[in-house]
Amino acid sequence: MIYKLIVFLPLVGFLIAGLFGRQIGAKASEFITCGLMAIVVVLSWIVFFQVALGSQETMSIEVLRWIQSGNIDVFWALRIDTLTAVMFVVVNTVSFLVHAYSIGYMHTDPHRPRFFAYLSLFTFTMLMLITSDNLLQMFFGWEGVGLASYLLIGFWYDRPSANAAAMKAFIVNRVGDFGFMLGIAAVFVMFGSINFETIFANAGTYIPVEGSPDAARVVLNVFGLTLSREGALTAACLLLFMGAMGKSAQFLLHTWLPDAMEGPTPVSALIHAATMVTAGVFLVARMSPLFEHSPDALTVVTIVGAITAFFAATVGLVQNDIKRVIAYSTCSQLGYMFVALGVGAYGAAIFHLFTHAFFKALLFLCAGSVIHAVDGEQDMRKMGGLRKHIPVTFWMMTIGTLALTGVGIPFTPIGFAGFFSKDVIIEAAYASHSAVSGFAFTMLVIAALFTSFYSWRLAFLTFFGKERASHEVMHHVHESPNVMLVPLYVLAIGAVLAGVIFEGYFYGEAYAEFWKGALFTAEHNELLEEFHHVPALVALSPFIAMLIGFVTAWYFYIKSPETPKRLAAAQPGLYKFLLNKWYFDELYDFLFVRSAKALGRFFWQKVDVGTIDHFGPNGVAARVVDTANRVVRLQTGYLYHYAFTMLLGVAALITWMMLGSSV
Amino acid sequence: MTDWPILSTVTFLPMVGVLLLVFTRDDTDDGRQNVMIISLITTIITFLLSLFVWYGFDGSSADYQMVEQYYWLGKGVSYHIGVDGLSVMFVVLATFLMPFGVLTSWKAITLHAREYMIAFLVLEVLIVGVFVSMDLVLFYVFFEASLIPMFLIIGVWGGPRRIYASMKFFLYTLAGSVFMLVGILVMYAEVGTTSIPVLLAYKFSPEMQFWLFLAFFLSFAVKVPMWPFHTWLPDAHVEAPTAGSVDLAALLLKFGGYGFLRFSLPMFPLASDYFTPMILTLSVIAIIYASLVALMQTDIKKMIAYSSVAHMGYVTMAIFAVNQQGLHGAIFQMLSHGVISGALFLCVGIVYERTHTRNVNDYGGLVHRMPKYALAFLIFTMANVGLPGTSAFVGEFLATVGVFRVSVWTAFFATTGVVLSAAYMLWLYRRMIFGQAKSPLMQGLVDISFREHCIVWPLIVVTIFFGIYPAPVFDASAATVDRIVTNYHSAIEAVATAAQAAK
Repeated sequence: MIYKLIVFLPLVGFLIAGLFGRQIGAKASEFITCGLMAIVVVLSWIVFFQVALGSQETMSIEVLRWIQSGNIDVFWALRIDTLTAVMFVVVNTVSFLVHAYSIGYMHTDPHRPRFFAYLSLFTFTMLMLITSDNLLQMFFGWEGVGLASYLLIGFWYDRPSANAAAMKAFIVNRVGDFGFMLGIAAVFVMFGSINFETIFANAGTYIPVEGSPDAARVVLNVFGLTLSREGALTAACLLLFMGAMGKSAQFLLHTWLPDAMEGPTPVSALIHAATMVTAGVFLVARMSPLFEHSPDALTVVTIVGAITAFFAATVGLVQNDIKRVIAYSTCSQLGYMFVALGVGAYGAAIFHLFTHAFFKALLFLCAGSVIHAVDGEQDMRKMGGLRKHIPVTFWMMTIGTLALTGVGIPFTPIGFAGFFSKDVIIEAAYASHSAVSGFAFTMLVIAALFTSFYSWRLAFLTFFGKERASHEVMHHVHESPNVMLVPLYVLAIGAVLAGVIFEGYFYGEAYAEFWKGALFTAEHNELLEEFHHVPALVALSPFIAMLIGFVTAWYFYIKSPETPKRLAAAQPGLYKFLLNKWYFDELYDFLFVRSAKALGRFFWQKVDVGTIDHFGPNGVAARVVDTANRVVRLQTGYLYHYAFTMLLGVAALITWMMLGSSV
Repeated sequence: MTDWPILSTVTFLPMVGVLLLVFTRDDTDDGRQNVMIISLITTIITFLLSLFVWYGFDGSSADYQMVEQYYWLGKGVSYHIGVDGLSVMFVVLATFLMPFGVLTSWKAITLHAREYMIAFLVLEVLIVGVFVSMDLVLFYVFFEASLIPMFLIIGVWGGPRRIYASMKFFLYTLAGSVFMLVGILVMYAEVGTTSIPVLLAYKFSPEMQFWLFLAFFLSFAVKVPMWPFHTWLPDAHVEAPTAGSVDLAALLLKFGGYGFLRFSLPMFPLASDYFTPMILTLSVIAIIYASLVALMQTDIKKMIAYSSVAHMGYVTMAIFAVNQQGLHGAIFQMLSHGVISGALFLCVGIVYERTHTRNVNDYGGLVHRMPKYALAFLIFTMANVGLPGTSAFVGEFLATVGVFRVSVWTAFFATTGVVLSAAYMLWLYRRMIFGQAKSPLMQGLVDISFREHCIVWPLIVVTIFFGIYPAPVFDASAATVDRIVTNYHSAIEAVATAAQAAK
């Protein structure tokens, strides 16, 4: 019951605010959706204590039949285990705080009922995703959050840029879903089921021992490439991972995330930082019984994660829009999580997901508070010196930055959340036996340096230095109301404490009791033990990178603000390359958008009209019309002509029948 | 009620409405009102009666039910009707959609309203007749005769290029069905009857199957329509009045898929197997090609028409996967596409009635003046994109899985449809609903009326209900689907074993 309440109360909120928002008004909509979310948060933490910290076994609650066809036997069901419980806490806590924060942030918007309805819709679909008991319901949640994201990015539909961004987000995500959908089909062909229970039970024995007759049998045949069971498993994992890449904005499918910042800032905090974008990480963690048996797929996950972490960090270095910096940072941090998954440290990935949700939501909401203060301005070049005007926001943002950059004292349990979760990933990457472990480690350390640099750059540009905003704006810069600040406090507590409290559970001594098998690791995977024994220099490397980044940022933006301009002028090519995000948008526009349009036009004008119609019906029709004109002068037109033909045909048929049957 | 000929009643009930209409005058506003009311009541009662058919249908049996048989032409040909798991839901779909066709014509049709509604009701009889026929000749008569009212609806009440469009529609479909007629004659000559159950049990020789398959294929391929026989559809849709488009997209196109399931697979399994690669290829081409063309359309109706071609590509592909998922997917996709494409055309009709333009570049900013419309259109847009939770997803998913089992590359290319459909639908939505109005035609728009609410909401409910709980459809069709799949594979195996033994 409690589980059903958690999942379906947000749906109730959505329906009430969505269908009757106009009638009951904005205040009532806010009150109802937030009130329901408050209940859900309390319940989620209760579940967390019962399931994750308690000893409750994995269970599955069936809600309704869904699709039965041959071997496919899918129910709407809620699967409750530690992984779900952790996600419950993350999603619902952040969602509730964002709901509350939005009351303040959106208070002048005329469409608040719609906004809160969308937020609750998002929460509901996200919960369906994480409680899913099979791949299909997960896909429902997966697409549902995509829809909510589309609606919320495009919430201010008067802005063409918001509409474009919403569309882009949906379509790029669909490219990932293309893989996901095929992945589901592949899993079904391999295991004869898409229910987790069955898949996980058979995953261990799916790959036959060498020499057995199954080993050589062809399972999939793709473009003449015949795949045995081992190859098919890798293919299925990679297809599923493609879905994860789309949703989690990984390298090549990342282009939608920065644009998604067109949505209201609370949305960015909830969907594009803390929850939805981590769905890909969740997917791979959930499917760990499959991925763990496919080293090749895991290698790809690691490489993509490492590249993303590095790539997004480089772009983040030079962006001027405050939200875009944080967006690229999110992208980069998601890369960290995928590296953790790829090297087999699933617990570490979820741990980082957990801490990241707090500090990244905090950063976004602080950014929202800043934007709120300076009249909607997002360009950091027009901020500066805001520290004295909005001190609470400043301190909260500092806490978020400290957590993101992973500040802490090495070799002691003292530090902010990111200090624990990020360092675990870097050490695990180094300690793993993956073929690309060295590459991943290097990328992550460099990314850590960049992270520190752009985070402090953001802080310095916004809060320190000269006041660059217009006099008018500076005149009514104001601290946000309490309804916006209290959520910041709560998230700040998480950003400070989530790491130190939970490290032991997520990826430490209490690992087994905590996860209770929700995350699968093969026997040869002893990373949990090994990552403690990395050389001291390796353990120190993220700390050093963080320090270098901080000092550089301080030098560039406090000590000598002329340096970055000189550097940009000295390296115009590199600067432009980074500023334009490695020219991915331009490349994709050329490769896909324009070519699709050109092809569409070609097929339409040249093939449909020019060829098929020209030689087909139009040619024939021309002859028919000629004949008709000559023959049917008596009557008015084609209609009677046709009826007459019909009559003749039927008459002929009947005559033939009569004759045929009487013989 | 077992003795009551319920199927005949459902099929021919609209004729009662036609009879009443003959005695109704439509030269005044009140008269027109009466015409519409009579038609509406007739179609609603027909729908309610068809629910009894559904309710009385026993899904656990694969046999024909509610069978009625009367001798007609000699000993081989009879008036023989009944429903099985394949057809029962199509009967319900057809009767379900008709009242919306009447509602949407309420104000749109002012000229010869009586004749229009007569054509419309006759069309309903013929459509239902196609699905309940258990005799090939009867099927052919309904199948062909349905062209006449459709031809009239497009040719008389259509847009400016209606003559061209109706001519093209007629030429294509007639050209296709001529071959089917020849096929039917050959089958009759061979077996001595046109009773479908008897023909299903008869085993045609492989060579005969080959030719018969081709004869039927042309007719069905034009109806579906499969690439490259599709070019009549966009023109017919563009010129047809809204109710005509709804019937065309939602029902007439389904004749093709239904025909493949009813005749091609069970009667010509060897030929079907032989032609499967070709059909999979054509289906994939249809999906990608039509989606790309849809992307570039500026006429809203044309875009939805091309989108129909793409969606029907899923259907043909899934049918020829010949496994449970494929057939369930195909049937479900056809039903769901019936509702969704119908709804999309109705939505276009709603704004066309106000603005008299179908050019997407004239539109923009509808969300400001018509927020309720924007919501309804959003839901159908998402349904057309195949969002899980809508009925379209269930069909698309099963179709993909079904095809993946037999041909990975087909599934691979077909799935690109999920990206392309999102592209053209969202782009359409953005240009119509968001932004600013681009034409003076957009001024003074009012949001949807009560009558239009009555059109939109039932369709929304059905779309979402069957997306979340599709079980009723599977319950009705599972036994029949199982039988088709089993018979198909045993027929092919039998030949393979025979060939083996001969060696």
